[in-house]
Amino acid sequence: MHIPDGFLTANTWVPAWLISAGGMSYCLKKTARLLKDKIVPLMGIMAAFVFAAQMLNFPVMGGTSGHFLGGVLAAVLLGPYAGAVVIAVVLTAQCFIFQDGGVTTLGANIFNMAFVGAVGGYFIYSLIRNITKDNQGIIVASGIAAWFSVVVASSACAVELAISGTSPLGVALPAMAGVHALIGIGEAIITCLVIGFVLKVRPDLIYKKGE
Amino acid sequence: MDKKEILFGLMVSVFLAMVLSPFASPWPDGLEKIAEDKGFMEKGDIKPVFSSPIPDYSWPHFKSEKLATSCAGAAGTLLVFGIGCGLAALIRRRQIQ
Repeated sequence: MHIPDGFLTANTWVPAWLISAGGMSYCLKKTARLLKDKIVPLMGIMAAFVFAAQMLNFPVMGGTSGHFLGGVLAAVLLGPYAGAVVIAVVLTAQCFIFQDGGVTTLGANIFNMAFVGAVGGYFIYSLIRNITKDNQGIIVASGIAAWFSVVVASSACAVELAISGTSPLGVALPAMAGVHALIGIGEAIITCLVIGFVLKVRPDLIYKKGE
Repeated sequence: MDKKEILFGLMVSVFLAMVLSPFASPWPDGLEKIAEDKGFMEKGDIKPVFSSPIPDYSWPHFKSEKLATSCAGAAGTLLVFGIGCGLAALIRRRQIQ
């Protein structure tokens, strides 16, 4: 759901840039406060993994594909702030090096996938974690949050398209949320597999609030 | 994380980007498909604001499309690994000072 240049008008992409720039500077400050030595290389690995996995489009229905977004995965391992920074790094490289997502729309893409996807996804994850405390709960919460993160991020994208007059909300919202409800299943499966693997080999790498 | 673990994570990522990405689904993603179906795809047909060195994950001047994707994928993965580690190290250093 990387929005290219031209899909959003200035009344949408300018505010999105401002919100994302402000939000990112807050996330960087928070990351600086929480950053431990162990997560320095983990931020690099998460960026590499999310970038690579985003290249692997899988078919979801006739003529449509989807790919992993990674917001919840990054946030469950690194926390919501460093997680959002990692997604923003990937989106910025994709925009400037690979022409995936526009320059004017980078702010909106960071808003949708880093803030709604990673920070919002982490919020859903924490809510579910309050009910399920064990390791099994981490996997279940990650999977559900991963599905929601994709559907909600795609809905935010639909709202931006509507504000820009590109496509009316009544058309864009059901279409985007509908396709991404399917793509979200792939997101949930990949997120659960990776989190399950990390829990087996290095459970201490899972982010714990207030530590 | 020790060196072995970092190398493992990086190798898995490079494997995905280099070996699997040429076989990814070529179909348009959710947003592109909807843009086609709902008739607003042409809004994106404007001169790019910034001309990217490796557009569409395809290394330029390669005869084989699969090889071009492999190279772009490997390069991108290593690049964002570097940026991710570099940025984290930078904020870590500022935090200590």
